[in-house]
Amino acid sequence: MIPDDCKYMETHEWIKIEETLAAVGITDYAQEALGDITFVELPRPGTVVKKGQACSVVESVKAASDIFAPISGEVAEINNSLEDAPEKINEDPHGDGWIFKLKDFDEHELSGLMNAGAYKAFLESQE
Amino acid sequence: MIVKGILMGMKKTILYDIHESGGAKISPFAGYLMPIQYHGIIAEHLATRNRATVFDTCHMGEFHICGGSALADLENLLSCQVGTMEIGQCRYGFLCNHQGGAVDDQVTYRLGENDFLMVVNAATQETDFKWIKYHLSKATHIEDVSDKTAKIDLQGPQSAKIMQKVMEDRIDDMKFYHFKHNRYKGRQVLVSRTGYTGEIGFEIYCDNEIGIPLWNDCIENGAEPAGLGARDTLRLEMGLPLYGNEISADRNVAESGLLRYIATRKKFIGSPVVLDESKRKYSLVAMFLDDRRTARAHDTLLDAEGEVTGLVTSGSFSPSLGKAIAMGYISKSSSRPGTVVTIRAERYELKGTICKVPLYKGATWRKNLKEFL
Repeated sequence: MIPDDCKYMETHEWIKIEETLAAVGITDYAQEALGDITFVELPRPGTVVKKGQACSVVESVKAASDIFAPISGEVAEINNSLEDAPEKINEDPHGDGWIFKLKDFDEHELSGLMNAGAYKAFLESQE
Repeated sequence: MIVKGILMGMKKTILYDIHESGGAKISPFAGYLMPIQYHGIIAEHLATRNRATVFDTCHMGEFHICGGSALADLENLLSCQVGTMEIGQCRYGFLCNHQGGAVDDQVTYRLGENDFLMVVNAATQETDFKWIKYHLSKATHIEDVSDKTAKIDLQGPQSAKIMQKVMEDRIDDMKFYHFKHNRYKGRQVLVSRTGYTGEIGFEIYCDNEIGIPLWNDCIENGAEPAGLGARDTLRLEMGLPLYGNEISADRNVAESGLLRYIATRKKFIGSPVVLDESKRKYSLVAMFLDDRRTARAHDTLLDAEGEVTGLVTSGSFSPSLGKAIAMGYISKSSSRPGTVVTIRAERYELKGTICKVPLYKGATWRKNLKEFL
């Protein structure tokens, strides 16, 4: 499951432009690799993040992983429902499992990210 | 997030192909490529608590130790009393070094008067063998039978029914921490009522040739395959130690608090240190954390004044309890149940409360087997 309307990072974050906001989450491949997610540290709304900056943490039973900002911007919304139901990331990584949304982001930086086809090829090259 | 690749040059158990074709997530563990999970650690954990699961534990080591002085040699090597074991009984204990630390923790099975099977951890198998061999008298013989022995753990409240269907001889009289020889496909197997999960269950030792059919038979009769991830969360909820985390070569085994596995009326390697109460500075404790975020091994423990008072040895989310739990060593003076500690990780602090083990109170392992048949 690699939606065409997202851009991707090599560290397995996806980003999707929704008009003035950009939603960020982790890919299906990432949630599968992490296993059961038990905790999400959400960024604080208002935080200004730079492209590539670690701004959230996803913990599974076995491991903790940083989530990196795919592009620069300001955290506008966070998915508070993950506090009680982090398993949403496993169940629906591209939908209910979104982690945060950026505003005032730098659209030019999107060109440095992979499209769905490139990400698919990247995953295949990792096997 | 960053996904790590699998290391090469690892050993495989006889069940490896089954794990791979069954879609298990495979990771290196103690030199082996082992299934960490099949369908998810939480699902496998809860399946063990509520139904029955099978674990591949073929990576573990087994030594056959026998001969006229085997009993005396094991009394010298092991922290637990060996001579008081009945034939058919098994017992947990430490193989101590001279400093009172653990070369390994193990379970010894008494097969006969001077005839024993010792089950050890995979990571320490080679050093254990050398250590034991070095300390045996000439009349005692040791054979490493690990490579020809398959080991499968069948665990969970439904495991007794499955076990009885799979085995040819009756199992209904099996007592906790006892074993019996049984037959599977006409071949002799050794079955003990032991395990590392807290649930009623069995560890089965058999020849490699029948390991695969036995595994498949357990599954056909209702057991679900589970990986080492769930095995770890299950043991942590029970407060059971893991070698390399809670038990190690440089930690006095008496600080683990597992004193019933440390005999006080005999001498054994390490006993001058282990039995000296003044040498116990720390206590192994279990903790409930306030939230879902977990502590990890090597995080530090701070007391109410902010002073470092210990360290975390294991931490995980507890699938049965829905929050984070941990184990760690803490100064004896701060180890009382109910004490609140601060856990300092690299980037954040968590609060924990010391609690008595087991953290999970619903375990079935000591119950009467007949209730589960």
